[in-house]
Amino acid sequence: MSTGSPAAGDLSDVAAAVKPPTAPAAGSDFALRLRANSEYVAIPAFALLMAALLFAVFLLAIGKSPIDFVDYVWRGGFGTAFSLQNTLQRSSPLILTALAVAIPARIGLVMIGGEGALVLGGFAAAAIAIPLVGHVPPFLTLCIMAIIGVGVGACWVGIAGALRYYRGVNETISSLLLTYIGIAIMNFFVEGSLRDLSNPNKPSTMPIGDAYMVGKIPGTDVHWGLAVGIVIAIALHVLMTRTTFGFAARVTGGNMRAALAQGLPVGKLMISCTMIAGACAGLAGFFEVAAIQGRANASLVAGYGFTGILVSFLARHNPIAIIVVAIMFGGIVASGGLVQRRMDLPDATVLVLQGLTFVVLLVSETLYGRFKIFQVSGAADRT
Amino acid sequence: MSNTPFVIVIFAMLGGALRVSTPFMFVALGECLTEKSGRVNLGLEGTLVLGAMCAYATSFHTGSPWLGVLAAGGAGACLGAIHGYVCKLPRVNDIAIGIAMMLFGTGIAFFFGKAYIQPSAPRLGSISLGDWTGNPQLASALQINSLLLVGIAGAFVMSWAFANTRWGLIVRMTGDSAPSAKAMGVSVDLVRFLSTTAGGFLAGVGGAFLSLYYPGSWNQGLSSGQGLMAVALVIFARWNPLRCVVAALLFGAAGAIGPALQSVGITQGYYFFNAAPYILTLFIMIGSSGSKHAMRDAPGELSITK
Repeated sequence: MSTGSPAAGDLSDVAAAVKPPTAPAAGSDFALRLRANSEYVAIPAFALLMAALLFAVFLLAIGKSPIDFVDYVWRGGFGTAFSLQNTLQRSSPLILTALAVAIPARIGLVMIGGEGALVLGGFAAAAIAIPLVGHVPPFLTLCIMAIIGVGVGACWVGIAGALRYYRGVNETISSLLLTYIGIAIMNFFVEGSLRDLSNPNKPSTMPIGDAYMVGKIPGTDVHWGLAVGIVIAIALHVLMTRTTFGFAARVTGGNMRAALAQGLPVGKLMISCTMIAGACAGLAGFFEVAAIQGRANASLVAGYGFTGILVSFLARHNPIAIIVVAIMFGGIVASGGLVQRRMDLPDATVLVLQGLTFVVLLVSETLYGRFKIFQVSGAADRT
Repeated sequence: MSNTPFVIVIFAMLGGALRVSTPFMFVALGECLTEKSGRVNLGLEGTLVLGAMCAYATSFHTGSPWLGVLAAGGAGACLGAIHGYVCKLPRVNDIAIGIAMMLFGTGIAFFFGKAYIQPSAPRLGSISLGDWTGNPQLASALQINSLLLVGIAGAFVMSWAFANTRWGLIVRMTGDSAPSAKAMGVSVDLVRFLSTTAGGFLAGVGGAFLSLYYPGSWNQGLSSGQGLMAVALVIFARWNPLRCVVAALLFGAAGAIGPALQSVGITQGYYFFNAAPYILTLFIMIGSSGSKHAMRDAPGELSITK
């Protein structure tokens, strides 16, 4: 403990409570790795705790009870079988949009275009279904919709990746611009040529019909998107940690010049990673259309893409951790309605909580490597 | 001559350019100052929205729109100060912090702004510059707000100060080479903190224009990406405050295409023309990012162009 700041002192206490240093410095290999890696759990956990405290202060300042808030989030997100299934339903797009941030992050790109790829992928899936419904069997229709959704999403984010590689355009700004353009494209068609005129309330495309919807996982009320999201997260984890492609991508993310000097195909890697990201977000859009909404309309712009950014950062861009964090945030999103009604809070409360968590989390990045408790000799070269 | 649709569209675009460009101009000037000191603040979109909300609320409660403008600047300066303080910590990524501050600023603005969607607050007045022409369309196009003049004057002052004052030199040196600033005994962190705070102030004032003049009301869809586009605009303007003004006018005109065409009855592709500023920004970024000209003018310490 060389740093003198009080916050740092608190942290070492918390960290010690989370993971007591049982193994001596010369312990088994497993214990050493556990100790070295526990920093990556302890610091985000501490950041979450601090964000929760700050949010509690915020609630107290406006005269609301933080305890009620926690109670409603628990009841609305996790407490009953119904609310838990609602949570899982909402975490499915969050897993996919978080993967859309995590995979480019591994190659050193800050991509925030998940929302646009989700909206456009979902819209494309709904649009391709219009001529197919009633002529092509449901399963085949869903497959075509999924392929189109994934393809459109992949191309959309892939544009930002290609612009970054070939022209040096900042990928964070371009991916967010593409999000606005994607939403405008959907609005253009949904309020124009593809509008379902029998639905005067809300401009939408033609519904695909109940027979063509994605079913539920047997025994639950949760659609298959959750299972697909988890499988894809595991698959991408294997891809990024156990294959040559993943290794090359991580080398590029670590040091682009070294990767170029090694002759790695940096451009191909970069565009592939962004296309994988877009494909994930497009798939999330497909499931939103084919399993929840049944049609494409402005409800697709629900902010899943932006919450996904936070989920990915909180999970340190690790696909397996993303599953857990996405379920946690799915619960917060799912309980939003209950919290609003019972506590008379605006719907932006969730946005405040997310923004606050995001800022605190990024500030906590500065704590890495400051605590002796996590320092293991020989662990400095961990990647 | 004043009745052909073409002339109407041109005048509507001119008026739109003068009205719509002001928030772009303020955000771009703020970002220009921040980036000149070597740091990127992508969170100005959130600052713009929070500024708009604070301005509207203050104007509603005090009855003075100019106090609202000040409050918006203050709120923007607070967000800028948080950004500036956090970014100086080691291992903190300024681009990611920008995204987080964007979400945080928008969240806070929507949270406290919910109560102000319905009530109507006093607006900023306008100055008529076109009455002498005798042409009603031109006259209405030339109804401008004094904030536009303040912005243009600010750009001239900033441009002069970068070139001719000690402070301007310090900011530019910090942006081009932190080691040389350190060697000269300048605190890099302090200069960047102050530049980010001042940049946030300007972006907040831009937000005040949105809610107090044009469109002139507060709602959650008030700004959709103007703050972000202004950040891209700074790259296009090659970090020169005067070029920022020209670029902002260009963006204002692009944003006015949709409403201008609608005013002569062309509603086809309304959503497409609404997307025109985003598409223009993207193409401008493609054009300017790769060019050697632009990169030569970029502050050396800037992470966004690397």
